[in-house]
Parts: sequence; C-alpha cells; structure tokens
Amino acid sequence: MKGLKTFNRGGVHPPGRKYLSENKPIKNAVISDLSVIALSQHLGSPSESIVNPGDIVREGMLIGKSTGFISGNIHSPVPGTVKEISDIYLPNGMTSKAIVIEMEGEFDRLGKETIETNWEHLSGKELIEIINSNGIVGLGGATFPANVKFTLPRGKKAEYLVINGVECEPYLTADHRLMLEKADQIIEGIKIIASIIKPEKLAIGIEINKENAIKIIKEAALRADLPLDVVSLKVKYPQGDEKQLLKAVTGREVPSGALPMEIACVVSNVGTVNAIYEAVVLGKPLIERVITVSGGAIKNPQNLKVRIGTPIKSLIEECGGFTEEPAKVVVGGPMMGFAIYDLDTPVTKGTSGILALTSKEVRGASQTACVSCGRCIAACPMGLNPTTLFKYIDHTEYENAESIGLMDCKECGSCGYVCLARIPLIQGMRLGKRMLRTKKVKA
Amino acid sequence: MSDNNLIIESSSQIKQFDSTSSVMWAVSLCLLPAGVWGVWVFGLKVLGVLFASILSAVVAEAAMAFLLKKNTLKDGSAFLTGLLIGFNMPPSIPYYIPVVASVFAIVVVKWTFGGLGGNFMNPALAGRVFVFFSWTGPMTKWTMPKTLETFDAITNATPLGHLKSGLLEYTGIVDRPARFLAETGYPHTKMDSGITTWLNTNMGLDLSHGYIDMFLGNIPGSLGEVSVALLLLGSIYLFIRKIITWEIPVSYIASFGILIWIFGGTRYSGGSYFNGDVLFHLFTGGLILGALYMATDIVTSPTTRKGMIIFGIGAGILTFLIRIYGSFPEGVSLAIILMNIFVPMIEQYTQPKRFGVQLKREGK
Repeated sequence: MKGLKTFNRGGVHPPGRKYLSENKPIKNAVISDLSVIALSQHLGSPSESIVNPGDIVREGMLIGKSTGFISGNIHSPVPGTVKEISDIYLPNGMTSKAIVIEMEGEFDRLGKETIETNWEHLSGKELIEIINSNGIVGLGGATFPANVKFTLPRGKKAEYLVINGVECEPYLTADHRLMLEKADQIIEGIKIIASIIKPEKLAIGIEINKENAIKIIKEAALRADLPLDVVSLKVKYPQGDEKQLLKAVTGREVPSGALPMEIACVVSNVGTVNAIYEAVVLGKPLIERVITVSGGAIKNPQNLKVRIGTPIKSLIEECGGFTEEPAKVVVGGPMMGFAIYDLDTPVTKGTSGILALTSKEVRGASQTACVSCGRCIAACPMGLNPTTLFKYIDHTEYENAESIGLMDCKECGSCGYVCLARIPLIQGMRLGKRMLRTKKVKA
Repeated sequence: MSDNNLIIESSSQIKQFDSTSSVMWAVSLCLLPAGVWGVWVFGLKVLGVLFASILSAVVAEAAMAFLLKKNTLKDGSAFLTGLLIGFNMPPSIPYYIPVVASVFAIVVVKWTFGGLGGNFMNPALAGRVFVFFSWTGPMTKWTMPKTLETFDAITNATPLGHLKSGLLEYTGIVDRPARFLAETGYPHTKMDSGITTWLNTNMGLDLSHGYIDMFLGNIPGSLGEVSVALLLLGSIYLFIRKIITWEIPVSYIASFGILIWIFGGTRYSGGSYFNGDVLFHLFTGGLILGALYMATDIVTSPTTRKGMIIFGIGAGILTFLIRIYGSFPEGVSLAIILMNIFVPMIEQYTQPKRFGVQLKREGK
C-alpha cells in the first residue's frame, strides 16, 4: 500500500461494503408509470416549469427552464401527460415544486439507434451551451451546474483538470461500474472538457479498492492517446471531496473559502463526464443516471440506470424489496446522504444511491453529553474542531463558530461518524451555517 | 406523518462501533484482571472495598440524575469512577472512606460541573486525593499480599514508602532503590528469586531482587495498582480497540522514565546522574494504572494529539518532581489532577491547523 497518494489531515475508514454491488453490471431500471420531476434538483435557483397540467410531453423535452446564472434546465425523462404540478419533499427535507408526469406514448430515444455526432469542430462556447441546454449538473453530489463550472472566470487559466473517480462513500459502486463499462465514453468526455478549459495536465484519481477500474481507464486512455495521469489513491474517506482529492493528486490546498479555480484546478466527477459525453456526442439531455441500490436490508443490491423522477419505492421493489425492516432508508451515501421516511420521494439528478440500512449497520446508541474524546478533531479533514463549533452553535454564538472556521465545513460526516456521544454534529453545522447566511442576508 | 418506523436523522447515517457507554464498560472490563488479582492477594475484604466504592458511586449518580431529571446511569461512567476509586484504596481501608471518596467524586467533582463531560478534573482521582488528605493514616496503611512471606516488622510499607522513610535512617552507601530494598531486607517471593537468578545467569543481566514481584503485583499497595502485568494486559485490548491511544501513556511514561533515568540516582549517597532506576519507578506507586487508565480519561485530557502529548509530558514531569523531590512517595494522582487543571490552557495553544488557511494568509 506504500506510495499511494492521499490527503494528509483527518479522514475516517468506515466499512466499505461495496462488495454488495460492485460486481453487478449496470442494468436499466423499469420505468415507472408516474414520474415526479423536482424543479429544484441542482445547486442554485429552481427551474421554472414551462408546461401545464394536461400538456403532452415527449421524452427528453425541456420542461423546466433555467432561471439564472446558477440554475439548470430540466427535461422530461418519459413521454406522457403532465398530471399536475405539486409540492414535494426532496430527500434533504427541503420542499420543491415538481412536475408529475404520467407515462404514455412512444419513447423517442429509448430503444432507438443513437447517432454519434462529431464535436471536434465545436468551440468551447458552443460546447458549454450544449452542456447547459442539456441540463448537465455535477453528479458527484453537489449538483453544481456543469456549464458554470467550465466557464472559467476572465483571466483565469486551468492548469489541472482532475477527474473524480474516487467514490469514497461506502456502499456506492455506480461510478465504479461506469468506469468499468463506459471507459471509452469517459475518456471521450474528458477530451470534451479539456477542449473547453484547455488544461495543461489531465489526471483522474481512483481509490485502490477499484483496481480493475484503474487498469481499464489506463488502457482506455492509452487507446485514445490521451495523456491522462491515472492516480491510485489510498482508501480513506472523504477522499472524493474535491479539496481532499486535489490535495492528494496535485499537493495543492484550496484556500479556505475559495473554489478549486483559485489554485488553477477544475474537478469533475466521472458520472458528470459520462453525462457530458452523452449530451455532446449523443445529444441526450440529463434524464437518467446510474445509482446504487444497496444496504443490508436490500434483498438484491444492484447498480441501476434510472430515469430522474422515479419514486424510490419502485427501485427498492426492483431490487427484491427488503429482507428485513430497515432502520433507515438513505438517499445518497451513508456518510453524507439523507434519511427519508417517504418512499415515494423521487430520484433527482443528485441521487447517487439508495440504501436500506439495518440497525446493525447504523449502529445507533443513546446520545450523551460530549465527553471531549477529541475523535471528531482527529477525523476532520478540514482541520476544524467540530466539538467546539457545535458548542458555539448550541449556544447561538454563530459568529464565534464562524471565526474558527464553520464555513469551511463541508458536512462530510466524518465527525458525526466517530462521535462517541452520538451528537448530531452535522445537523449543528448546517444550522450554524444557515443562521449565519440568513443574518448576512438581513444585514 | 409516516406509516413506517424509519429513523430520520442527520448524516452521517452510519456510526462507528463505539459509544460513550461502550468505552466506559470496555475500560471497566479491562481493569477486571488487575482487580481479581487484588482480591486474590489481599483477601476477600478487598471485594467489600470495591463493592462499597462502586455502589456508592452508582447510587450517588442515580440520585443526582434523578434530581436533575437526566438519564445517565447507563453510560457506565459512574461504575468506572467507583471502580477506579476502589482500585486506589489500600486493602485494609475502612469501608466509609471509599464511600466518601465516591460520593465526593460524583457529586462534587462531576455533577457540580454538569455531570459527565462537564467535569474538568478526573473524578476518581479527585475523590482519592480528597480522602487521602482527610484520612492520611488509613490511606497510608498497607497490607502485605499473601504471596509475600512476611518475616519482620518493617515490611508493611510499599516499596516507595519504604524507600522514602528508610533512606532517612540509612547510613550505608546506596545507588539504586531496588538494591536498597534488597539490602535492607525488603521481602520478595521465591518466584522472584527464581526468575531473577535465572535472568541474571542466563541473560547476562544484573537485576536486584524485587523487580519481578513489582511487575507481577507481589507488593503492598493500593488494591488495583499492584499488578503491572495485568494492567498492561488489559490495556492491550483498549489499544487494539483504539479506546486509548498512544499519545498520553507513551509521553507520560517516556518523560517520567527519562527524568528518572537522568536525575533519579542523584538522591542516593552512592548515586550519580544517568543512573536512575527506571524500572523500579515504573512498576511502583500506581504509575501504570495512572498512565494507562486515569490520565487517559477522555473527559479530562486534551482533545488534540499535540495537546495529549503535552499533557502526558507534564504529568510525567510532575510525577517525577513529587516522587523524587516531594514528601509524598507516589505522586501519580496529584500529577494527573494538576495537569487536568492545565487542560484548558493546553487546548488553547494546540488547536488543529486548518485546511487551506495558511495559504490564504500567505496570499494576502
């Protein structure tokens, strides 16, 4: 294991449990009769619905329009009729307007032959416009609009394009399977991004628990004659966070409060790269994504290619249902994901996994007062002091929390994972950040 | 609202195995072998001491929790405090003394600061120090372990106590404490003679008699501190489970050992620098119990790695000073609770280095 790169501060080693699904090829999920497409499924302002109840929509048709610089376009994942525009809860507990579509009629893309278009003559601007109009957002979790990310600020140059193939969240294997099954497409996607931002160096970081993916990506890069540096990384959470990934791959530290651009780096997740390939080469909007359905309470864990808007319940059913009553159903990975109670919650662009966890996996215990064990401090990859932050926030001293770095917290969950006292540290961090933001807006 | 029993909570959705109570119970479990040894060599009366200290600690905790409407009994910390107080008692102690120590530890040291997590001082040690200064007589009256053959009157002192008082009257030349003990007729077991002789002849060592007894626990002392071997054995499990980490024990034992090695010999008529008897001091006076199980108390030790190392070094220096230059023979309890007081200051200067912050300053 020597010689592998990693980040230098904090980090934890939760049980990976990727074996549950890492050898299951990506399968197309059954398309649900009813799709619920949230209008707020990206970072930034919600999209605006451009359809009304009763309208007939086609597969891949624009139904939600981007409403600002940081926003996203949303397309219908299925052909059918708009039933209603309702209010739903997103997995993170926020509410959003959603377009409910009842499937009927003919698919325009599904089952049809795809035509590959040549993109090499297109300018960066044109490519960014294609990415924007197809509603591509970062699929690694933050759902940051990809067109914004690749529009470099005036006068800035990208030295590094680092592709994120880390997938450090336990259980999740969707990116792993993508790299195994779509290596050539991912390489082509990297070429597309590279032609937009023109970086000096290309790298991809992959954790060593995906040795076969490292090999396959290396071979694909060689075939395509792409000078891609495939960096093997130690298995450590949260290696897949862009700041930790950049530290591991380039040795550079993104300054507190800044974006990777500050150190001339751009990071993109392999899932996003694949979506960009599909948008640019196949002309396909972001209407489906690969997610992992797994966990100890799932009968038959799988990697599914799922239409956005599919209710979580139907995916769980497709994987054989529950073997026992789960303690939690989680949308996303177990470290950063959200526990939900309503299994009708739909898949959004940011959904990377659906996990049904048993109480044994969750390992709950009763909450006690903080015993100052310091494990959260040792675990924090940002070098913060979570227990002191939490105490400040608990006492509503938000400015004090800010002064010791609250805004640097990425809610990776490492502190919460190691907490002996089972203190909801991340919940505290989120509350503190929100209070600070609302105060700033008022001021 | 919902028709299922799904738990909704904030991330992370999975937790590591340990919790506050599992840590407390694991530490108690690992103390068990040394406690059983105490009961075996000092007799069943010792069981009464342990019972009194644990029961009074748990009852005091229950009473405080009831008064303040909290539910803290399950966390196991009161049991552990009671157990540690028992471990720090001389075997022949009247039962009311551990009871007072436990009640003081739980009510005054812990709950006046808000209960577990709020206290700044190790409750068990503070309780022990409180009764030590209140009933110094019974707290320094020792019993010979039954494994040690007693044959004269001087023997009811611990090795450290014997050293401290014996040296005052001794006129001969002496360079090392263990040799002094052996020469002034401090008893040792047959097993000790056998192993020491074997080591000296076969391994080319020059050991005095007594080290093996000190290591195994065939010496008078507080009922849980004497068996260094079993305390070390229990700690292996805690190290494997990462319930205790190396920082505090290693920095404590290393700094103490180095100081003893440099200066420990200078207190004797025939001694010199760099000739201290490190093994003797490590095996006696509850140093191992203190360094492994009491200084490492998560609540009252620093939270950062750097802080823990400073804390350990401080405890090592203080133990050395008290033991070699002070009037008390042991010094472990006082050193640790003194360092507990320094923890907030240590914390202030040992906060972690934030990611990406140095760079920002340089950029400005």
